[in-house]
Order: sequence, then C-alpha cells, then structure tokens
Amino acid sequence: MEVPILKQGEVLIATFQAALSDADLNQLRSGLVRQVVKFRSRAVIVDVTAMDVMDSFASRTLREIAHMIRLRGAETVIVGIQPEVAFAMVQLGLTLEGVATALDLEEGLAYLTQKFKNIN
Amino acid sequence: MVFDTDHAFGSVPLGAERPRRPYRGENPAMARRENNSKDSGVRGQQGVELAGSEAPQELLRELVAHLRQNRTQLREEWVARISETRLLTAMTKEEIFAEATSVYDSYVEALETETFEALQAYARNLSERIIPRGVETHEVVGIVLLLRDVLARSLFAKYQTDFKKLNRILDAYEPAANRIANTVAVGFVQERERVIRQQQEAIRELSTPVLQVRERLLILPIIGVIDPQRARQLTEQLLRGIRTNRAKVVVIDITGVAAMDVTVANHLVQTVEASRLLGATVIVTGLSPEIAQTLVTIGVDLGKMNTVGDLQGGIEQAERLLGYKVVTLAESR
Repeated sequence: MEVPILKQGEVLIATFQAALSDADLNQLRSGLVRQVVKFRSRAVIVDVTAMDVMDSFASRTLREIAHMIRLRGAETVIVGIQPEVAFAMVQLGLTLEGVATALDLEEGLAYLTQKFKNIN
Repeated sequence: MVFDTDHAFGSVPLGAERPRRPYRGENPAMARRENNSKDSGVRGQQGVELAGSEAPQELLRELVAHLRQNRTQLREEWVARISETRLLTAMTKEEIFAEATSVYDSYVEALETETFEALQAYARNLSERIIPRGVETHEVVGIVLLLRDVLARSLFAKYQTDFKKLNRILDAYEPAANRIANTVAVGFVQERERVIRQQQEAIRELSTPVLQVRERLLILPIIGVIDPQRARQLTEQLLRGIRTNRAKVVVIDITGVAAMDVTVANHLVQTVEASRLLGATVIVTGLSPEIAQTLVTIGVDLGKMNTVGDLQGGIEQAERLLGYKVVTLAESR
C-alpha cells in the first residue's frame, strides 16, 4: 500500500496507515526525501495518528526520515503519536531526539507557520 | 485474592466425612466389618445396622424438619447468644433480629438443598450492607459459629436418648454446617477485600490529578511517595490528559515528594520524553535539595528536563512559552 504524499503550500504531508509493511516504509522514506527538494518544500509533516503500535523498524524509519530531510534542507514534524505508543517508544530508547513533534496535524501546521513567520 | 470455598479450610463434601469418624468403636461401618469377618451367620444384626444408617440425605431431611419446627425458639436463643457475647454492637437489636431471621432461613435452606450459591449471594449482600457500618470479620465469623453451636446443642437435646442416632445426625450436620460457616466467612472477607481494592483505586486516582490551569497548560501536582505502580499510572494519566486537553506545556510539581529512587527518577525522565513526543513541553518544579542530591548522585540524565525552582516560577515560565503575559490592571492602563 503506497502512502500518498500531499503538498500543502511549503509543506509536504504524509500519513502513516496502520498496516504498513517494511517495504512501504522504505518507499515512503525515499519518496519524501526525493520530493522535498523537487517541490522546494520547507518542511515535512509525518502523521502517525493511525498507528496504535509502532515497531522498532517504523520508529527507526521515522528517525531516519527526519535526519535525511534535515540534510536535504528542510524540517520534519512528527504528529499524532498516541500516548501508549509514545511511552513504549521512550522505554525502547526511541526518543526521536532533535525531531520536532506535535499533538496532531493542526498543531504541526501551526508550529511550522509560527516558525516560518519568525524566520521571515 | 480468590478463596476456593471447597478447599480453603479443608472441608470435605457431604457424606465423605462419615467413614472418617470412628467414634470409640461405635461406628456402624466398623461393627459391620467385624460381623462379616467373625460371624457371618448373624445376618439379622447386620440388617439392623444397615437400616439404622440412613443415607445422609435422609438424616439431613430429618435435621431440617427439626430446625424448621423449632425455628422461633432456636432463632431467639441465637439472638440472645449474640447479644450476650456482645457481637454486632454496631447494629440495633431489631436489625440483628431481622438479619438473624434471614440468616437462619438461608442456613436451613442451605442445609436442605446442599447448594451454597443462594447462601453465598445472601452473605455477599449482607456483607455489602454491614461492612460500611463497621462490622468486623470476627463478628461475622462469631455469629455464624454461634448459630452452629446453638443448632448443635438443640440436636444434643433432641437425641440425647439415642446416642447412635445423634452421632449419625452430627455426622451429617457438621460438614454441612462447617461449609456454611466457611462460605459466609469467605464471602464476607471477599466483600471486604473488594471494598479495599475499590478504595485503593479511588485513592490512587485522587492522588494524581491532572489539572488544566490555562488553555493548553496542565499542572500535575504530585504528593507523597511515588512507587513504580503509581509512577506508571501517573504517566498514563498525564499522556492522556495532554491529548484530551491538547496541552502544549505541562508543569509537574514534586514539592510534595520527599524522596525518589533511581527507578522513579528514570520513569520521570521517560515521562518527560514521552510528553515531548506528543508535542508538549514539560517543566518540573519543586525539586527538594534531597531529591536534587539523589538525582545528581545516581546520575540520572537531566539534560532534557526543564526545571524551575517552585510552582509559581514553573507556571510563569509556562505562560511565557505559551505567549501569555500577566499584567496588573494598573500596568495595562
């Protein structure tokens, strides 16, 4: 199942589905990294609201996406992490350091808007 | 904890008790065996013995009939014994009498039907009513044992002329009576434990309130000892609170926490990190000198923790983060 990547102004938005295979995740990662420069986006929002459980591969991919996007000159915001998932991730040591997080898509967009305003 | 009423105190199913109670050589089963081995010619005697040892069910039926017949008198005697021994002081005399009546009837019914479900249900119901009034376990056990004794005495009185019959009646009566006492006591204790569990749950929930003080700002005042279980629950409530209140900043105030061990300290750090994953910033306030010392000594990684001296400072910092500014009316003019 391919994850659609939506372009919203200067931001790319990708929404994780519940049942993503490792191949899908890899595809999403390369898609995002490619398109972020292609569309000259300033930020990427990855929405993981639908994920009730997150395995180590998924969280590692999230972190890789964030770091690769930064090297491509944009910022990543992870939104919609469920409370249980958040604590499980922390216990596994997957704290997504240096990656911005927000409660949901709306918050993520608000965070970025604020940030862009400060920079301009 | 779950008690198995059948095995908790080693009671034995009805009827199985009989062969285990040899009574100074008077046990009919033993007598019968002697007859068979020594003198098989005395058929008549054996026949008498067999006729005398009715099935336990029949004995119970006789017993129940006796108890029904003397219901009023035995019940009154029982109530008298209860007040004599100063049990159930939390209840009035009328209440005791009313309860005694229903207990007596359920008791006889349990003896008759040999099913204990109804009695169990009644015991639970009774416990529910009397526990809030401060009735103790020893009182409940005491009154049931009193009833058992009162009934046993009445059996002694009735069968005092026929010792063998008395013996057999008691054989049938005792296991059932013990099992009834057992059922009632266990029911009471279980109900008590349920109440205690419920209260513990209530205390636990009360002890970790997640409060919203401003739009998008939560405070979590922690008071008392944090054990791992409470820490876990606290985290759960906080993370859920962040989601439902859409909080951006959380102030965790631990002024009321006297000490903290390494497990709980690490848990606190994890909570802070998990909150960040939900997009909320955590400010920890009110670390006592002792806790600060402990945390530094055990080397908990506090790099990610945002700490402010007291709750007021924490809330002020949170307001700054949220873009609030508190001004007096005079200043604003």
